[in-house]
Amino acid sequence: MSVEQAGQMARPELVCPAGTPAALRTAVDAGADAVYCGLANATNARNFPGLNFSVPELEKAIPYARKGGTKVLLAVNSFATAPGADLWHRAIDTGASLGVDAVIVADIGVAAYAARTHPGLRLHLSVQAGASSPEAIKYYCREFNVKRVVLPRILTIAEISAIHDLIPCEIEAFVFGNIGMMAEGRCSLTNYITGQSTNMDGVCSPASAVRFEKQTDGAMTARLGDFEIDCYEAGENAGYPTICKGRYLTPGRNAPYYAFEEPVSLNLSSLLPDLVKAGVSALKIEGRQRSRSYVRAVVTAYRRAIDDIMDGQPPDLSALVALTEGGKQTQGAFKSKKWR
Amino acid sequence: MTRLNLTMGPLIFHWPADKKRDFWFRIADEAPVDTACIGETICSKRTPYFDDRQYEEVAQRLERGGKKVVWSTLCEVMIKGDSKIVARTSRRPDAEIEVNDASALWHLSGRPHRIGPAFNVYNSETMQYLARKGARHFCLGAELPAPTIAALGKTAAELNVGLEVQIFGRMSLALSARCYHARAHDRTKDDCRFVCENDPDGMELTTRSNTPFLSINGIQTLSHRYLNLAHELRDLAEMGVATFRLSPHSCDMVAVAGTYRALLDGKIDATEADELLVEHGVPQPMANGFFHQRPGLERVAPGPD
Amino acid sequence: MLDRLQTPPPAQPLLPRLMGLVLVPVPLFAIQPILDRLVRDITTRRPEMFDRLGPHTTTRFVIDVDEFPFVLMLRPDPTAPRMTAHRRSENIAHGASIGGPFMTLFQILDGDGDSDALFFSRQVRVGGDTEAAMCLRHALDDLEGSVVDDIMKIGGPLYAPLRLILSRLRHQAGGNGAASIPPGPDKRAKS
Repeated sequence: MSVEQAGQMARPELVCPAGTPAALRTAVDAGADAVYCGLANATNARNFPGLNFSVPELEKAIPYARKGGTKVLLAVNSFATAPGADLWHRAIDTGASLGVDAVIVADIGVAAYAARTHPGLRLHLSVQAGASSPEAIKYYCREFNVKRVVLPRILTIAEISAIHDLIPCEIEAFVFGNIGMMAEGRCSLTNYITGQSTNMDGVCSPASAVRFEKQTDGAMTARLGDFEIDCYEAGENAGYPTICKGRYLTPGRNAPYYAFEEPVSLNLSSLLPDLVKAGVSALKIEGRQRSRSYVRAVVTAYRRAIDDIMDGQPPDLSALVALTEGGKQTQGAFKSKKWR
Repeated sequence: MTRLNLTMGPLIFHWPADKKRDFWFRIADEAPVDTACIGETICSKRTPYFDDRQYEEVAQRLERGGKKVVWSTLCEVMIKGDSKIVARTSRRPDAEIEVNDASALWHLSGRPHRIGPAFNVYNSETMQYLARKGARHFCLGAELPAPTIAALGKTAAELNVGLEVQIFGRMSLALSARCYHARAHDRTKDDCRFVCENDPDGMELTTRSNTPFLSINGIQTLSHRYLNLAHELRDLAEMGVATFRLSPHSCDMVAVAGTYRALLDGKIDATEADELLVEHGVPQPMANGFFHQRPGLERVAPGPD
Repeated sequence: MLDRLQTPPPAQPLLPRLMGLVLVPVPLFAIQPILDRLVRDITTRRPEMFDRLGPHTTTRFVIDVDEFPFVLMLRPDPTAPRMTAHRRSENIAHGASIGGPFMTLFQILDGDGDSDALFFSRQVRVGGDTEAAMCLRHALDDLEGSVVDDIMKIGGPLYAPLRLILSRLRHQAGGNGAASIPPGPDKRAKS
């Protein structure tokens, strides 16, 4: 495995989502430097029915990626749950035997197993580990020889730059897609309402618990279990039916409001040069649950943007707003602390 | 049979300093708990209002009351200020420290410490790894179901480490970089003006059709319903859980602790405990769903026995 | 820092409207043989589709195309796949429903529309069992090429008009593979 030198404006790696083999091929064709994917079980944080890879599918996909010069990263990033933690260990074994370029882990037990059993296997620390301070990141590097950390989407660029100077590993940062509001790996909201756990089952707002109800006035109610998450007026843009994107009431307000976050997507296109200067060596696109048409559009646009930046040109990604949640985009925490 | 212990967990809400001190003094003097966890675990901005010196005073009083004192670290460590506080707590001489995030582990790994409920321990390998690096006691997160607790109970026994679960109080469901208390008042975290002080048990969040849903405590999202594992205590003890955590609320926590103590001592049964909690003014209905692998908010009726 | 996207109401293209009008007087029994052939053909060509449907191969999906005078009911059971046409007034029992304008649904079927984005902008409607609808979406999205490709490959003079319509529709939708951003020259330099 080659170690990338973080030099002056080193070319960042474009890391792209692959929820299905077709999406993986699409990402490779569109110029992804790396794709990340998961097995079709509870071992990854996007364990949705109909999504993800069987072992034979992954085996078939890896040579395709190789031929396109694209790395394959396997997300084993939910929390191994006893009894049955073996499932996560088998996922690590699968990654190692198929020769993936890295596994993305969050759980201490899974990281320890991977480091002990497959010392040559490159480890990336998933955003699900919620390592948001230099000390936390250094802990994982020291204990498990983690080579890259995927940073939570809660830090400003200045903070990322400060962290970069203090840690011994590469930084991967999200640049586009769904913006998770809660600290990853520490959210039981879905489990509280549906009995399915984000950490243990790898699901957030499982579709089996989601219902969209058409109202007579053209409005649409989104329910999770027995609870009304939101109601969109006729013609009003909608968001994912997750608890953290809903509208609620509190005693101090007289109208429903987005108590956590609006349906909005992260789009850091205009901050890309700053991110690279801050020491980010990999740029991540969210969306393993999205279609290959999304993958094609976003990867193509970001491929071009990164190439433009490396050529000293300003990137333009304005067209991507059509693919954002609720038709809205934000720079989230990255631009300013005011977001918090 | 090992003695079953009660812990008063950290006070997660931002109460006025005098109320906070009075609460802990009363726990020190009157509550039948064995251990008390102190320190700010939610928001570093609150620490100047109840600083280390004030907590030291609380610690002394608790020790005089025969309680073991544990210092809990911040659950979410993000900015420099957070890191500094965690480093300071971790370096506290001769103190028992409860680790709530990996940055505290950076300081404490290799020395004896405890693992708190905000640090994910879902399997035996994790527990073994942490125990090898000095963890002596584990308080598990609220969402773990019975089979997982049972498996971890076996591992804890093999490793000879303590095992604890929360049995009372609102459950922590999520942490965030953003302060939702401030947001509800159209403010940012930096300019929050400590509005969280107005809600001693959290700010109620209801659905658009006014169904009680969640509760907000600054950057933390809590369950609306209070956890009550009175009927599950015996099963938990059989699984190897010997310590039970009460998360403080504004209701009479001395009475709540007394109720669970009486239940642990076999002086009352679980149904009587339920009734006493109602008498103590604990909001009803309470929940126990997570333990039973059901949605956390559910109240699973006790089985026949 | 929010940029709100102004979504103009999508203008209804002529071809789908014409198709809808033409279909009004057509008796449903006349459509049925075409539907039978389509479903049989696709299921034999695409056995892998059923894996992604998981437990939902026996779910009844209602596909409600705005311009059509009828709805389609799909039961993607690998042993006995069925697609039938029904008048809206029938209110047939179903597990999940997917609805929207013809061109939108056509793009999704052709692997060329992002159903999440189309859902966010309220162009696509989902009802009933959301998980079933998601599985169907993932199953269609994972196909090499698309279902539209498959239909184009169905031989026989009877299907010539259908092939012609499909290629016209594709042209109107911007063509398979175009998405919203045309691919640029591959000028990436590998590190």
